[in-house]
Amino acid sequence: MSLHSFTRRGLIAAGTALTLALGGISGAVAQTPPGVLIVGQIAEPKALDPAAVTAVNDFRILMNVYDGLVRYKDGTLEVEPALATGWDVSADGKEYIFTLREGVTFHDGSTFDADAVKFNFDRMLDENHPFYDTGPFPLSFFFSAVENVEVVDDFTIKFTLNAPYAPFLSNLAYPTGLIVSPAAVEKHGAEFGRNPSGTGPFKFAEWRSSEAVIVEANPDYWDGAPSLQAVVFRPITDANTRTAEMLAGGIDLIVEVPPVALSEFQGDAYTVHEQAGPHVWFLILNAKEGPFADVRVRQAANYAINKEAIVNDVLEGTAEVAAGPTPPAFAWAYNPDLEPYPYDPDKARELIAEAGMEGAELTFYVTEGGSGMLDPIAMGTAMQADLEAVGFDVKIETYEWNTFLGNVNPGLEGKADMAQMAWMTNDPDTLPFLTLRTSAWPDQGGFNSGYYSNAKVDELLEAARAATDQNERAALYKEMQTIVQEDAPWVFVANWKQNAVTSDRVEGFSLQPSFFLLLDDVVKN
Amino acid sequence: MTGYILKRLLSAIPVLLGITVIVFLIMAMIPGDPATAILGSYATPENVEKLNRELGLDKSLVQQYFIWLGNMLQGDFGTSFALNRPVIDEVLERFNATLILAGTAFLLCSVFGIVAGVISAANQYGAADKAITFVVLLGISIPSFFLGMMMILLFAVNLRAFPVSGMWPIYGDRNLGALISHLTLPAIAMAVVATGVIARLSRSAMLEVLRQDFIRTARAKGVHERGVIWRHALKAAMVSIIPVLGIQAGFVLSGAVYIEIVFQWPGVGRMLVDAILKRDILLVQGGVVFVAACYVLFNIAVDVAQSLLDPRIKT
Repeated sequence: MSLHSFTRRGLIAAGTALTLALGGISGAVAQTPPGVLIVGQIAEPKALDPAAVTAVNDFRILMNVYDGLVRYKDGTLEVEPALATGWDVSADGKEYIFTLREGVTFHDGSTFDADAVKFNFDRMLDENHPFYDTGPFPLSFFFSAVENVEVVDDFTIKFTLNAPYAPFLSNLAYPTGLIVSPAAVEKHGAEFGRNPSGTGPFKFAEWRSSEAVIVEANPDYWDGAPSLQAVVFRPITDANTRTAEMLAGGIDLIVEVPPVALSEFQGDAYTVHEQAGPHVWFLILNAKEGPFADVRVRQAANYAINKEAIVNDVLEGTAEVAAGPTPPAFAWAYNPDLEPYPYDPDKARELIAEAGMEGAELTFYVTEGGSGMLDPIAMGTAMQADLEAVGFDVKIETYEWNTFLGNVNPGLEGKADMAQMAWMTNDPDTLPFLTLRTSAWPDQGGFNSGYYSNAKVDELLEAARAATDQNERAALYKEMQTIVQEDAPWVFVANWKQNAVTSDRVEGFSLQPSFFLLLDDVVKN
Repeated sequence: MTGYILKRLLSAIPVLLGITVIVFLIMAMIPGDPATAILGSYATPENVEKLNRELGLDKSLVQQYFIWLGNMLQGDFGTSFALNRPVIDEVLERFNATLILAGTAFLLCSVFGIVAGVISAANQYGAADKAITFVVLLGISIPSFFLGMMMILLFAVNLRAFPVSGMWPIYGDRNLGALISHLTLPAIAMAVVATGVIARLSRSAMLEVLRQDFIRTARAKGVHERGVIWRHALKAAMVSIIPVLGIQAGFVLSGAVYIEIVFQWPGVGRMLVDAILKRDILLVQGGVVFVAACYVLFNIAVDVAQSLLDPRIKT
């Protein structure tokens, strides 16, 4: 008797609850409105102050709210005018005079002029500036060559450098060089990062902590008002949840789709975008001690690792095989004659035998994940198998990203023979300058953690960074790449193709080689 | 009574001080520092040193600890490096979200767990008991984050009956209906394991009580079976069920970490995981101390309540 009464009542209660829940709620899952683009971001932004942030994730918002003096031409990494309409460089490469665009106003209504530009750079670089305390500005060293910023007249500004520095223009196109409203900084002080004001196609509307950053169209944009009414950036830190949210129609655009999730987006309802960028994934080899002190063994490692298999199978085609230290995205500086080391285990065994290093033990630092590291554990395991197949004995040590950097950056000496690493830079200068020169060994403050040293490469890199003529720079960099490929201080593995998925309601979107997200030409139906 | 409460509050001070020391030391000992995390690839020793100086991390550990403790005693928890806003604002906002989620889950698991346990016990070895036991064991065995993902796939992606993630709609009103539709999936996913545990323990507590003499007496006096189970037996069984609920409240709260990440619930668990990965020292320290303080106070409140109900506990 009791059994019947309980189950019957239970059934009725459960049924009522379910009906109420489904009936009352099914209408609550709203479609995203037209004209409003919802972007799935990978993390909560730190701040919307371009001078204060370092993450690509934050740059994706900033590039739509601010402009720099210059910007990258659509689809390239070459600079073109933005808030500056033109510029002159002095013959010695130390003076840059910019003519500024007239009639531009910040979102807060204040005027963009030479004083505003000077304010921006002084705030970052001059410790005595009244608003230096709105920092810290971790990437201000991009402009450490700037000695002085001088207002010539209302719409002319002069930068004086302490030495010729070719990446200067490119750095101005980087988010750290975006121009903020001095009036807004003065008004909000340290809170500026949550009350941003720039000159860009979208103006800041609202920041709901851990939920969304909302920007609205700037109808007075100097380069033409965007067609979207608003963009919502939602931080969704979990990749699976981000994918599910896209499949459920809650967001219109996602970036950094995990390779394994790409197959979910085949079909007409979605468009998958891909764009190779200025990224290189490599293994640092310890050239100071152990087996890799011998160039033949370093080359053997390059032959032994099956990069095609890693790129196609582990990364599901989201990257391309790297040939040398410079990513092909730097079109003018890239040496297209370089062929990647082919997968040739026999050749590797031969070189190892020549060097007398059969069966050598290798300690291999692997990270669990980090900026630009793609799928490091799976990649590391595949590499371990390839290296063991040619007779090495490889021991993997895995570290969480920050711990990993703390181990690798001070140098591999006495700890490891090889370590994973990846870089993304906005110019072809920074990476080799910080990682391949003799004077970039860790004890001298650089990132040459494998102690590579070649006097000729040092000379080429110094010259390329100081030269202002692009053709001359290109020739120097191409020669450098040939030598470095031969010397094999790294195993050159992959150049990542950034990806994004848009729903069929989104038009006019394309990814940029800079990895920035530019939304002013995007339409949503 | 006032003396007892005062004594308990005083005894909480060394506990909280101990927690500040432990969380401070853990954050100081784990490898990696905020400057390296912020600078990433650009973390040259020179840049790291400059940034550490600007973040106030170049002082000795002892100095850093006392500055932090001193500021905290004055209500200043510092500013998060990674979020660039006061730690206390962030923690309070997030704690509120966690309370809503964990509170709902706790309510669900208490009600369903006890009801399921009672029904099982009343029908020992019957069909209902077997069915409930089967479902309960299944629930205990499924990891909550996996269950959460599967629920998202079924109810949010395929059926589109619920939103995938978040706490509020991006567009539209922030009303109770919107909150409930966002709350349903994560609260259920969070409650399932605890429901199972509570159901199992309620069942055995009930079975024990049902064997006692006063139940037989009640039946002999002609009390309706429903009254025997729900009024007489459950009341007696609650004495041993309530402590279990207290323990499960702690488990539900710690489960928030997984569930908040899967459902992107803007709560304190997800905040702490992000903060640890970014080496956001002040946010981790402030968050842990705040949650610990709440937990300690909650325990004191429970003890005080118990001593009010049962004077023998007061010592």
